[in-house]
Amino acid sequence: MGQTIWQSMQQKGYSRREFLQFCSAAAAMAGLSQSSIGQVVSAFETQTRPAVVWMHFQECTCCSESFIRASHPTVADVLFDVLSLNYTETLMAPAGFQAEKSLEDTIRDQAGKYIVLVEGSVPLAADGVYCMVGGKSAEAILQTVAKDAAAVVAWGNCASNGCVQSAKPNPTQATPIHKLVDKPVINVPGCPPIADVMMGIVTHLLVVGETPELDDTGRPREFYGRRVHDTCYRRANYDAGLFVEAWDDENARKGYCLFKMGCRGPVTYNACAVVKWNEGTSYPIQSGHGCIGCSEAGFWDNEPFYQHLPEVPGFGIESTADKVGGTLGLVTLAGVATHAVLTNIRKKSVIAEQHRDDPKE
Amino acid sequence: MSTPAIGAANARRSGHDQPSDYKRIYVWQFPVRLFHWATAASIVLLCITGFLIGHPLNAFYAAEAYHQYWFGWVRFVHFTAAFVLMAVQILRLYWAFAGNRYANWRHFLPLTRAQWEDIENLISTEISQIRKQERYHMGHNSLAATTYFVMFLAFLFQTATGLALYAHMSDARLTHIFNWIVPLLGGDAGVRFWHHLFLWAFVLFIIVHVYLVLYDDYVKGGGEISAMISGWKFKRNGNER
Repeated sequence: MGQTIWQSMQQKGYSRREFLQFCSAAAAMAGLSQSSIGQVVSAFETQTRPAVVWMHFQECTCCSESFIRASHPTVADVLFDVLSLNYTETLMAPAGFQAEKSLEDTIRDQAGKYIVLVEGSVPLAADGVYCMVGGKSAEAILQTVAKDAAAVVAWGNCASNGCVQSAKPNPTQATPIHKLVDKPVINVPGCPPIADVMMGIVTHLLVVGETPELDDTGRPREFYGRRVHDTCYRRANYDAGLFVEAWDDENARKGYCLFKMGCRGPVTYNACAVVKWNEGTSYPIQSGHGCIGCSEAGFWDNEPFYQHLPEVPGFGIESTADKVGGTLGLVTLAGVATHAVLTNIRKKSVIAEQHRDDPKE
Repeated sequence: MSTPAIGAANARRSGHDQPSDYKRIYVWQFPVRLFHWATAASIVLLCITGFLIGHPLNAFYAAEAYHQYWFGWVRFVHFTAAFVLMAVQILRLYWAFAGNRYANWRHFLPLTRAQWEDIENLISTEISQIRKQERYHMGHNSLAATTYFVMFLAFLFQTATGLALYAHMSDARLTHIFNWIVPLLGGDAGVRFWHHLFLWAFVLFIIVHVYLVLYDDYVKGGGEISAMISGWKFKRNGNER
């Protein structure tokens, strides 16, 4: 602590050339133009290493697993050289009281300067007993940590939307971070989020020093501004009307659009089709499976994944909107037909009656 | 051919089949008729293309994607029809205040005792056919008008959800006014689901509406179908209803 980023990198034996390469990569990840690299270099030369605390609540650690597989800038660079990761349950060396002290020290010494990264949702039911760390409830810890934070980032769908824990009936009352914290929260949904997206957001906070531009639901526009569908390489097949009808049919082999197989690409905002996964290797649709919409709120409740429209709640299994609508349509048709039959039976008497009522001259 | 309800048959039988026995009334003004047929055409197109968007048909021949735009056209028709529908709804809203007495907005909101009494009467006569003496309505009957208002609410819902789904394809500010509905319905997937479910409200409406218009001509002899083309309806002199 107290060291600038450049100083700490020098200490670790990085050359000036490697430092500049790292600055270029960081600028690119933060979405800055080439002419801004100088700005990044001077920032890293003068800024002290930002303190980061990484909180784990109700989650599966898939966000951490994703993060440590980031390719640009490599995780070792950011995690251990640039950031000062003062607290994270899964990766830190200390344990027990030592670990707790590290968190307390950061909150006290770096007040207003440290970044909070939250992985997992916070259970509110039963006074939060479903997630306790060091004898304190997740909510109490979150409030303490977030109070003096410079920025709060919600990693993954759990922290952003509640994810699987908040799927109906949500027994632990799992709650996303932004509903509990007073300050703006950067939501980085996904189950998990793409490693390079996570890295891009951390880098942005680091380099630009402020929150990236967010949309209505708190997601950074640069990564969540477009649908998977709009950036999908199979999109042309959608517009042409070329769809996969069954797994392993001829159309699937040809790589047609997976819309009819329940692909959630058209309703999912993420950068999968652009950034891709595992060092840009592939993403679900490229591997022949539809998107399940893992970066969307409540995606677990939009089952089944292999059906384009979710089922109608309250009608039991396999009741789609079309079955409900179609049934109502048939009932209406039957009603109309019955009415028509009755009308025809009645028509003669209607005519007779109306003529009887006519005034006589 | 005969229209007992307005006394034509009676007039013929009594030998006074003269034009002076009837009055032509210009009920449906041009904006109302334009609204009606533009709405009818766009709703039919929207239902068909909307259903196709939910359940796309594969292109009829499997050339490379580059060579065709079949599903793109389906969506184009859907969006165009939607904007036409919105435009004529705005026209009709204006005409509810500027038009003649039959076009007035008051018909569509059942706020008076007389309207509720009319609805009750319509349910017991025309719908359930318990009583036989039907009334003749020159303009909208109260039950139909109320139904149109409900369908207008359904239209508003479809507009809100439809524009919310459309917004990310458009830079036009107007298309973004309903973005707030997306988180309320649980993301784009939820919006799409409700938008699709409400499609059926229009299908049900079309079934009932077309049937009842035919019924109006078939039993009551009101001439509703031709009136929606020409605008004219007929009233026998002395018959004030």
